[in-house]
Amino acid sequence: MKAYIFMVTSVSLITSSLAVSAADGPGILQSKCAACHALTKPDNTSLDRLWERKGPDLYYAGDKFNQPWLVQWLQDPAPIRPAGEFYRKHVKPGEKEDVIDESTITPHPRLPQDEAEAVADALMALTAPEGLIEKGKFQGKKVPMSMGRMFFTKLRGCAACHSTGPGQGGLSGSELLTGGERLQPDYIYSYIKNPQKIDQGVWMPKLDLSEEDLQRLTGYIVQLSAKEDK
Amino acid sequence: MNTSHSISFSWLAGISLIFLFAFAEPAAAGSDDQFQHAERLYDTYCTQCHGVNRDGNGVNSVYMSVQPRDHSDPKGMGDIPNDEIIEVIKKGGLAANKSVLMPAWGDVFSDEEVKELTAYLRHVCQCGSDQ
Repeated sequence: MKAYIFMVTSVSLITSSLAVSAADGPGILQSKCAACHALTKPDNTSLDRLWERKGPDLYYAGDKFNQPWLVQWLQDPAPIRPAGEFYRKHVKPGEKEDVIDESTITPHPRLPQDEAEAVADALMALTAPEGLIEKGKFQGKKVPMSMGRMFFTKLRGCAACHSTGPGQGGLSGSELLTGGERLQPDYIYSYIKNPQKIDQGVWMPKLDLSEEDLQRLTGYIVQLSAKEDK
Repeated sequence: MNTSHSISFSWLAGISLIFLFAFAEPAAAGSDDQFQHAERLYDTYCTQCHGVNRDGNGVNSVYMSVQPRDHSDPKGMGDIPNDEIIEVIKKGGLAANKSVLMPAWGDVFSDEEVKELTAYLRHVCQCGSDQ
């Protein structure tokens, strides 16, 4: 009996010490991420805050990102916004057009796999306040890519600010070649519908888009990153 | 003789400087204050396409099929009435048969801010008055 108790105690001690040594997602969020990202809804939505913030708000990350993408990206963070956040602080006049001043952009820190997994778990627990993101509105219908591209570039002008690959589209917005891999369809739909509701003051305007437009553009972005559609 | 000339010249120069600082400076500062908010809005939302120098060469302009308007060009800007500028800022380029690449900002700016931006554009191009 004594031996049994000893064994149980040892096993639980080992288990708890393993749990302590495993990466602490919420702890890492606070210690490594909170300096640049809002983890709770900010009260201040002024232009000054927009200029000062160093990364996008993450308090609704659980309703924004796809977890597998988060795990991979946190280990190998390729830039999402070519001109950084906030773009205006990282562009300067060039020979003709303005150019990105790469020297002013700080690369995102890389996390080891165990921390990336723990942080992704913690981020997925940060769900959006009620009503911020419209759930279940995207119908998931397949969009002919040529039509999607025409709407994205010529008819609705998204490509003015968003690129879908090197040399294809503007640089002040997030790149959308990997948008479907990165973002949940309901988030894409809601953000296109009204970016100002999700991220007040952001440099993307609310466009007057029909329901058909929203479905088509969301579908196009989702399909863009799907390998079979490339 | 030479000394008295140089003294009176220094005196004149000194007085002129005093006048410059006393009168010209506050007037210039006043004019900057007037456009402070519009300038901040322009820098936040417009420079991505219209450029840091307001000349239509924004970082996004490289890939655009239609080049953004050069707001520093008095000739091009002078021909556009204020009503049309207001319309285009609020409703986008299509509202004035212009490019779809200019989006509608009416949900981001208040009417007052659109008016301030319009006045600021006149200040940037140094053209037109209230037309």
